[in-house]
Amino acid sequence: MFASFMINAWEAATIVAIVAGVVGFFTVLRGAAFAAHALPNGAFAGAAGAFLIGANTIVGLGVFSLAGAGMIAGLGRRARSDVATALTIVLMLAFGDLFLSRTSEYAPEIFALLFGEVLGVSTSKLGPTMVIAAVCLVAIAILYRPLMLSSVSPDVAQARGINPRVMDLAFLGVLALVTTMAVPVVGSLLIFSLLIGPSAAARSFTNRPAVAIGLSVLFALLTVWVAIAVSYETNLPIGFFVGAISAFAYTVGRVWAAWQQTRGRRRNGAGHRAVLADRPDLADQATASPAG
Amino acid sequence: MLGAASWSPLFEPGFFSSEPVHVALVVGAIAAIVSGTVGVFTVIRGQSFAGHALSDIGTAGGSAAFLVGASTIYGFVAFNVVAAAVMELIGLRKPRGRDLATGIVLGASLGLAALFLYEDTISSSTTGATVNVLFGSIFTLPSGITTVMTVLGVASVALIVVLYRPLLLSSVSYDLAAARGVPVRLVGGGYLLALALAVSMSAVTIGAILSTALLIGPAAVALRLATRTGVAILIAAAVGVFACWAGTLIAYDSTVWAGGNGWPVSFCIVAVIFVFYFASGIVSRLRTDRRRVATRDRPKAPTPVEVA
Repeated sequence: MFASFMINAWEAATIVAIVAGVVGFFTVLRGAAFAAHALPNGAFAGAAGAFLIGANTIVGLGVFSLAGAGMIAGLGRRARSDVATALTIVLMLAFGDLFLSRTSEYAPEIFALLFGEVLGVSTSKLGPTMVIAAVCLVAIAILYRPLMLSSVSPDVAQARGINPRVMDLAFLGVLALVTTMAVPVVGSLLIFSLLIGPSAAARSFTNRPAVAIGLSVLFALLTVWVAIAVSYETNLPIGFFVGAISAFAYTVGRVWAAWQQTRGRRRNGAGHRAVLADRPDLADQATASPAG
Repeated sequence: MLGAASWSPLFEPGFFSSEPVHVALVVGAIAAIVSGTVGVFTVIRGQSFAGHALSDIGTAGGSAAFLVGASTIYGFVAFNVVAAAVMELIGLRKPRGRDLATGIVLGASLGLAALFLYEDTISSSTTGATVNVLFGSIFTLPSGITTVMTVLGVASVALIVVLYRPLLLSSVSYDLAAARGVPVRLVGGGYLLALALAVSMSAVTIGAILSTALLIGPAAVALRLATRTGVAILIAAAVGVFACWAGTLIAYDSTVWAGGNGWPVSFCIVAVIFVFYFASGIVSRLRTDRRRVATRDRPKAPTPVEVA
């Protein structure tokens, strides 16, 4: 499992998981799951186009995913964002289909781009992956406060002079970079699951953003590591295990959150009643003002 | 091409006598009408993600059916109905939560698709299955498919017709509908079922790309032009059918200028839909401008706020 040909896989998956954990937190916070699916899925068109004209795959992916991010933000000005995203992914996939029809040699590569070939990551791919990962993390660090504010409370952010459209475009740009980084090494399916599963689970366990980001990264790392190990042992595709573990983590998170809620409600309700039983004179005030 | 002169210079010879073209025109029209009807509600309810996700989720069912040797469409329908039920069960009301629920179901299903497609590739030692299940092609349909898809399409549209009024009310205002005693969850579930049937039907015949394109594109065009939902549905269906037929024609003709290797149908249809989308944007913008001018020129303008 830790043979020399596996080292690249472990390294690539670890880098991708760290970035996905951080960016995924904002993806879930902003409700941008559709964009997180559309950009990696549609970007294969860029790879196919790059193959046609003999350019570098990463350049093709980068150009197409950034163009897709721009299109989602641009169409989103006059349409709802889910409609804008749907139209964008449709156009990207249609271009992919057009490029694929121009050559008969590329089709098998599509499987790799969709479902990843993390076990076949070459050392030459690791360099660009690391550089783009660093750019993503730096971008999130710079955008951290305005992005957080505009995601949680768009009105307050706007009142403070943060343009929501600029934030939207900036975040989609980061998603496009994540796409460019992750699709050649882990595939579009895997990066999508990693962007939303671990961070959705993390949010169920804490309300504090910094802790949630840390948990999200931790869950993402655990997901890919377990997936690689199990995939290596069973010889089944990694994408299956990442999808299954992500869904499992989300379910556990939801159950935990629901349990916390009922426990909290029961405790609050009981406490409330106890106080009122002790001080009947307060009962009227308590029903009058919900503050108590 | 002088042989085409009897029709018109638009149509390359053989367009009207080719069997695959006939099937493509019929299948495309059925898919467009059903998708247009369901799609108007998809856009109003803001569930484009679910609409697109179901076309991908069905891939898992399709590849599973391929593995056991069953017909792909039954796998699609079975998986999509189950997925729609799960999405409804997770059922978070806030759009962001709903988005996430759709994403989780999509992620898990794509994982299953990876597993089944991998097994397919091993068992049949070809990657052709992947591309076929993922993209489909309107020109390579078996002619018996029209019966199955008509049944699915009629079932889906019938559900929408039955649910029409409560669905419209709960789509426009969830709270108002709930206050009026509309069983909003039930109506939402029924709508998701209609969506699942419509998407399975279109994804299996015309592919995942066109399924989403015909679901969202014509509906988005129609809702920019019409204010009444019934009219919007008619416009959406008409735009969808026109886009399908025009796209099929362009793809067929393209074999001439593209040197034998024609453009894919999906690309041509999507291109036509985008032309409509941008044109509808211009029309609706012109209309708001005109209305604004009319309001301003009225002798007694109501309030300065309205003019602004």
